[in-house]
Amino acid sequence: MNAPIFALAPVLPEIIVSLGALGLILLGALRGETAAWLVAELAVAILGVAIIVVLRHPDTTGADFSGSFIDDAFGRYMKVLSLIGALVALLLSLDFTAREKFASFEYPILILLSTIGMMLMASANDLIALYMGLELSSLALYVIAAIKRDDVKSSEAGLKYFVLGALSSGMLLYGASLIYGFSGTVSFNGIAHAIHGQVSIGVIFGLVFMMAGMAFKISAVPFHMWTPDVYEGAPTPVTAFFASAPKMAAVAMMVRILSTAFPGIVTQWQQIVGFLAILSMLLGAFAAIGQTNIKRLMAYSSIGHMGFALVGLAAGTQIGVQGVLIYMTIYLLMTLGTFAAIISMRRNGQMVETIADLAGLSKTNGKMAFFLAMMMFSLAGIPPLAGFFGKFYVIGAAMEAHLYTLSTIAVLASVVSAFYYLRIVKIMYLDDSVGAFDKPYWVVDWALVLSGIFVLAFWVYPSPIIIGAMAAAKSLF
Amino acid sequence: MYQTLVFAPLVGFLIAGVFGRTIGARASEIVTTGLLFLSAILAWVAFVKVGYGHQSAHVDIANWFTSGDLKVSWAFRVDTLTAVMLVVVCSVSALVHLYSIGYMHEDESRPRFFAYLSLFTFAMLMLVTADNLVQMFFGWEGVGLASYLLIGFWYQKPSANAAAIKAFVVNRVGDFGYALGIFLVFALTGSVGFEEIFAKAPELANKSIMAFGYSWDAMTLTCLLLFMGACGKSAQFLLHTWLPDAMEGPTPVSALIHAATMVTAGVFMVARLSPLFEQAPVALSVVTIVGGTTAFFAATIGLVQNDIKRVIAYSTCSQLGYMFVALGVGGYQLGIFHLFTHAFFKALLFLGAGSVIHAMHHEQDMRNMGGLRSKIPFTFAMMTIGTLALTGFGIPFTSIGFAGFVSKDAIIEAAYASDRFGHTYAFLLVVVAAGLTSFYSWRLVFLTFFGEPKGSGHDADSLHSHADHGTDDHGAHEPHESPMVMLIPLALLALGAVVAGFAFKGVFFGAGQEEFWKEALSVSKDNKILEAMENVPHLVSLLPTLMMAGGFLLAYFMYIVAPGSAKAVAQANPVLYRFLLNKWYFDELYDFIFVRPAFWLGRLFWKGGDGKLIDGLGPDGVAARVVDVTNRVVVLQSGYVYHYAFAMMIGVAALISWYLIGGVR
Repeated sequence: MNAPIFALAPVLPEIIVSLGALGLILLGALRGETAAWLVAELAVAILGVAIIVVLRHPDTTGADFSGSFIDDAFGRYMKVLSLIGALVALLLSLDFTAREKFASFEYPILILLSTIGMMLMASANDLIALYMGLELSSLALYVIAAIKRDDVKSSEAGLKYFVLGALSSGMLLYGASLIYGFSGTVSFNGIAHAIHGQVSIGVIFGLVFMMAGMAFKISAVPFHMWTPDVYEGAPTPVTAFFASAPKMAAVAMMVRILSTAFPGIVTQWQQIVGFLAILSMLLGAFAAIGQTNIKRLMAYSSIGHMGFALVGLAAGTQIGVQGVLIYMTIYLLMTLGTFAAIISMRRNGQMVETIADLAGLSKTNGKMAFFLAMMMFSLAGIPPLAGFFGKFYVIGAAMEAHLYTLSTIAVLASVVSAFYYLRIVKIMYLDDSVGAFDKPYWVVDWALVLSGIFVLAFWVYPSPIIIGAMAAAKSLF
Repeated sequence: MYQTLVFAPLVGFLIAGVFGRTIGARASEIVTTGLLFLSAILAWVAFVKVGYGHQSAHVDIANWFTSGDLKVSWAFRVDTLTAVMLVVVCSVSALVHLYSIGYMHEDESRPRFFAYLSLFTFAMLMLVTADNLVQMFFGWEGVGLASYLLIGFWYQKPSANAAAIKAFVVNRVGDFGYALGIFLVFALTGSVGFEEIFAKAPELANKSIMAFGYSWDAMTLTCLLLFMGACGKSAQFLLHTWLPDAMEGPTPVSALIHAATMVTAGVFMVARLSPLFEQAPVALSVVTIVGGTTAFFAATIGLVQNDIKRVIAYSTCSQLGYMFVALGVGGYQLGIFHLFTHAFFKALLFLGAGSVIHAMHHEQDMRNMGGLRSKIPFTFAMMTIGTLALTGFGIPFTSIGFAGFVSKDAIIEAAYASDRFGHTYAFLLVVVAAGLTSFYSWRLVFLTFFGEPKGSGHDADSLHSHADHGTDDHGAHEPHESPMVMLIPLALLALGAVVAGFAFKGVFFGAGQEEFWKEALSVSKDNKILEAMENVPHLVSLLPTLMMAGGFLLAYFMYIVAPGSAKAVAQANPVLYRFLLNKWYFDELYDFIFVRPAFWLGRLFWKGGDGKLIDGLGPDGVAARVVDVTNRVVVLQSGYVYHYAFAMMIGVAALISWYLIGGVR
């Protein structure tokens, strides 16, 4: 056990993905563009292995690199979510990249690299490691957003994301430096030790700037402006990836830093989180109503959902964090299922993206219409579908923390947002058909069906997720 | 055994209800009927075991729910009272199931019909086996639901739907009282289980309770509320209006639910709660007076009705009044005994009427009948037995007579012998009602079976109102005798109507009664009604028989000797006739007092309140504002990177200003 190699055991999943990515670069460089499909498949396999390794990890807490890297139940839980997001997004893009003619071996590799960054974000235990992970994932994401180089919208999306991302990175770094200045340490535990009770305005400054940087990553209002443009501009499987994996990692980072580095000033950050949550929920609810493009709609939907997740975080309690984890799990699967349906929206070989294109889907493809309708009901939070329980746990936690205003606004926002989800169901079931979609790739079809079954059957057997989230939340407190 | 007894009908319901379409009508009929006969056999075994073998039982099934002090479990309390009810419910239900196979043979939704019948039976069994008030309420509402479904069974008929809704709504009034009564019992005793309640009942006498700024006697108030529930279910005066309309349901339903079993649930409830009622003499007086009033009032209406089923329906209402009189004067044994015998002869009458209706191809108006004696002799014989039982034919001063003779005359004697406030009133009314009963019963027989055949027996425009019977596949219009499957139940019930009286008198209220009932009915020390009954003057004992004979002779004169005289009497007293024909104008009165104001209020809230206020300010207004907000928000999304960056800066600045101005707390 004392051999130096065993000391790296907590980092094993990251090492697997990193070595895999390097190997795939070699393979791609040797075989050229023709290897794109193979590389993508191997990348899926690598992610699958990483998931299994993380899941089979004994239930312990380990640290590495002088405490910069922590491997606990919380980190593992969020890593699994990120990995699932990356894996499914990659599967969804398999056929898509080939059809849309931007298949390149760099794409899966970029996703792997970005995923490594996310895994580091989930496990970062000091400010430096956190920034490293964040930048690794972000840089890869900038490139992925613009992966379809000859497409104006995709390039624009990549550029916008890069410029604004750089700005948010700067804010985060500035905030981090202020925190370091006032606490004298970068380690989360050290910061927690140094900062508690009455704090100077400088610490608050630092906290606000750091929060701004992180809020950008989870697209919380008012740091959300890039989201609709990037969601619309990027190729759809890329959007599916953007909407799933990075959100998991960013929420993980935010939850960990607030819970472990700033437990002494809960009341202060509660206000910031509450503020972000309220604005995000309201904007997500209201702005989505006016959308005609389903990818833009999903962008606003994800903004609203991040607001709900922050409601759980704002509670500042272990139950609140548990609620966030459950919420993110359910959100991840609903998002992936919905994007699987959006990727299937192809008519006569052309992608279509407007909501009106879904008209009469129930008559031309009853199965897809049914499962997409279940996704919509679940996103709207209608019991007994999974989405309801996500909202139930976070709002319940907020109620327990006596955040009544926040809870009330959350409920009202979910009522407003129900409108546009239900409108999609109405269009699919009641409007006249505008023509059938092409037959979707089987993997995409299965992704929709499986996530649909998850959403439908969650209430029957929720305990694995509830217990996992409980253990994960406990490891932070 | 008790589990099998109670749950067999539930199994039947589930099989016929869920798989009815798959397995077909015939299989549904056989399964439900077979299971009901199984229950019936077990019920008689239970009756002998509990009543004669004195092995009352308490069967725990499961804990239902626990909330604070309130613990409610599913459990069966099987004592003599329950055993009597089990026999009544299961026997009649089994026979009605069998009868329905013949009666409903043309209907397309037979699986649904048999499923409902079995559901009803299950709910009724839950009611009578309940060991706490909440489980009883479950059964109580269950039978109400099944009754609603069966009255509206021919849902294509608007009148059937209206009748179903009426039954439900009127019962709701009673159930409201019942529910309040349960709450009050729980508030007073801290329990809903019969065992605990009865143990605490004696301490509660003379306790008072504050409500509406007035101090009430706790037991009186509780018992009156509970009795309100009984009034609704048992169609007593003021809450009776739903029962005659309920005749819109198929006739076997009327026999099972609206004659033999469900409507007696109120009687059963009061008897079951006799330990409470014994502590509330005022409430018992109310029971006596309401019972007497109903007995008389329903009988008067029965005199002039022309629909064969409605006559029997009012008769049921009236007989239920008798039972309540018996309960009110403290003769619980007599009330239950009359319930027991009444179940047989009233089910017999209803099923007989069904056989007549079947023979006449769904003709129900007695004015269009006549001379059926020779066409359907067996039904005629059975109906006559039923009528003899109902009117109380027997030899005075002995126990030899038809079922109704033994049980009804006992009630009249008890009403006389009692010293309860209101007993004289009740006594006079039930004696008069006995005469009226005899008159309308024989009138029914004479109009239907004697005289000349009138009408074709087939009036196409009004009678084929339910859709499945639209095409006339009978061929000839000649009245015909019903199939064996309908006649056998009639014969069995007739047997009960003849022998139930003298066969069971001894154990129900004769010498063996204390042995028989044991703890099932609580009779306080100073309740000497059964002894007092023995010593009534001979005239009083003779009186019911005299009234019965008088009614018979009058009917014989008016409908056989001088057939036109009935009409002449009606014409001579037009006001009285119309008053009776229109059922004392209760429907009109309720329509005026409750229904129309409710409609008016409903319309006010709908158009004014909901349409203008809530929709206008609420959904419509909010929706419009939402669209405004959306439009503005969407404009913010300009697409320019520097706008986006600016928004981020504003966000940070806003958050920091918040802390600078508000200070760091």
